[in-house]
Amino acid sequence: MKLIRINMAEKRVTTENAPDNYAIMGGRALTTEVIAREVDPTCHPLGHNNKLVIAPGLLSGTSAPSSGRLSIGFKSPLTGGIKESNAGGTAAQKLAKLGIKAIIIEQIPKEEGFSILRVTKDGVELVDGSTLRGKANYEICATLQKKYGEKVCVMSIGPAGEYKLSGATVAVSDSEGRPVRHCGRGGGGAVLGSKGIKAIVIDDTDAPKVAIHDQEKFKEAARDFGKILTSHPVSGQGLPLYGTAVLINILNEAGGLPTKNFRYGRFDFADKISGEMVHDVINERKGKVTHACHPGCVIRCSQVYHDKEGKYLTAGFEYETIWAFGANCMIDDIDAIARLDYLCDDIGIDTIEMGVTMGVAMEGGVIPFGDADGAIKLLEQVRQGTELGRIIGNGAGFTGKAFGVTRVPTVKNQGIPAYDPRSVKGIGVTYATTPMGADHTAGYSVTANILKVGSHIDPLKKEGQVELSRNLQIATAAVDSTGLCLFTAFALLDEPRALQRVVDMLNAQYNLQLTIDDVTALGKAVLKTERSFNFKAGLNEAEDRLPEFFQEELDPHGTVFDVSDAELDQLFNF
Amino acid sequence: MRLEVRLFATLRDIFPKEKRGMDLVTLELGSTLDDLIKYLKIPEDAPLIILVNGRRQIENIELADGDRIGIFPPVGGG
Repeated sequence: MKLIRINMAEKRVTTENAPDNYAIMGGRALTTEVIAREVDPTCHPLGHNNKLVIAPGLLSGTSAPSSGRLSIGFKSPLTGGIKESNAGGTAAQKLAKLGIKAIIIEQIPKEEGFSILRVTKDGVELVDGSTLRGKANYEICATLQKKYGEKVCVMSIGPAGEYKLSGATVAVSDSEGRPVRHCGRGGGGAVLGSKGIKAIVIDDTDAPKVAIHDQEKFKEAARDFGKILTSHPVSGQGLPLYGTAVLINILNEAGGLPTKNFRYGRFDFADKISGEMVHDVINERKGKVTHACHPGCVIRCSQVYHDKEGKYLTAGFEYETIWAFGANCMIDDIDAIARLDYLCDDIGIDTIEMGVTMGVAMEGGVIPFGDADGAIKLLEQVRQGTELGRIIGNGAGFTGKAFGVTRVPTVKNQGIPAYDPRSVKGIGVTYATTPMGADHTAGYSVTANILKVGSHIDPLKKEGQVELSRNLQIATAAVDSTGLCLFTAFALLDEPRALQRVVDMLNAQYNLQLTIDDVTALGKAVLKTERSFNFKAGLNEAEDRLPEFFQEELDPHGTVFDVSDAELDQLFNF
Repeated sequence: MRLEVRLFATLRDIFPKEKRGMDLVTLELGSTLDDLIKYLKIPEDAPLIILVNGRRQIENIELADGDRIGIFPPVGGG
């Protein structure tokens, strides 16, 4: 397996064999390890000392079901700490088939301008990307697929990445070649923009298959793991049928759907923006209710959403996006929210950060709550790079400062996602403590708090939440390293033999003798490395806290976030 | 007593379509969650997530007039 280094100051590509100690690292484990080893934690995130690492997961490119997740790692311009941002789409599988363990992008160009990185079986080359300057993701994808072939994967940055805004994403094209899967959180698009890379074209034509040491054992484990995923009610039925937005109603019922910039726990018009509504609208307009973001996914939680004329509007229309622009901004028009999702994908900016930022902008009187047209216009300003657009594009924390707002839902300057920490306390612990900044996926305590998956821990009480979040954060760090989608976790938490099957696949592929304990140890090591980087970057325990307004009572349960600072500080005791 | 019953995802179809899964149900005073499930003709062994007034219920509790009951099949996301 190869490590490809791209030095953007010299415009030089070098290929080296991955060192032995990287053998059992992929995805997040690898991006974290490379950043921790090679990047000065105090560097400027957009300067020449930062690096951006792209790594497929350990199982990516194989027949392991739902294993096409990609990790990118860097020091985040949003949080100032280490970041792993994770996406579906087709990049991870293609990179793995090309025998690439990681691409490491270093330095910044000496002159202005943008390049395209082209990855094929013959190697990696930098080509001139000046004609793409100023272009947005949908156009970039179409242009590059026309030039290099319909089946290539395109990773790209939109205008937001060119402006180096802290909310900028790296888009990853999906099975249909659309830029709808994103390494969304933490400003990876700004870092790629600072490196002068506008797009990465990955062409796996004639690439060899991923090497598997013991084909039979691998196949047997993969088949069984697929069966476990498809027979679990969440990954086998709920997610394919309703997508992730099915969560709108359950969080609303539980009083944990943050509404009007985290003022209430329920939204009166939740049904109008629910997964059930999205499902009905998609069916009515002949979109696709069930859709895989990469070939080989058995969960297929994505969907294709059409507008009122029956034409494509957006895809991969997720719960967090719908919540962020919906309940959080008091917008109850699902078509307007779909339009906002499309705009974020096209401009290349994180939907969660933008929804949280719009809520803060509404709080600050920039536009009124509920103003969908105003929100669309603000995103267009991000695209144009106006001064207001650049404020918004730098996220909730930046926007709060610009408009003197104190009710700013962020941790480590990253916008808090779609679960109120006062009525889903386990996720509050994760927001506060994960090295990623407020990130629900880092330790998805919603499983045991709300969804009855894994165990039952009362979401309104603080007891057991630190332990729950700790265990999930460790497990997630390991899952994020395999390339498996986090949504395999519903089955992993419920079905005792599932994790063994993952270990079986890893052992069969790489000729290893790993045990389940080794997987846990890997997760722990990843977290410790990330936390250590953050401490050196200046993010200490004082940053592991929620904003003070979470001490105000939240309706309907009248709860506050009462996990103490001392309890939060126990999270990393392992 | 009257209960505000909210059915979601695949369970919506139990009520007439125009109700969009939300309806008032009248049961005898003292009825329990199990009685409600039976009334709705949901198979006894179906895995469900049940919230009564926004709190998850695992036990078969007695319901009270005006309770808001949300019933979900297993769902997830994130």
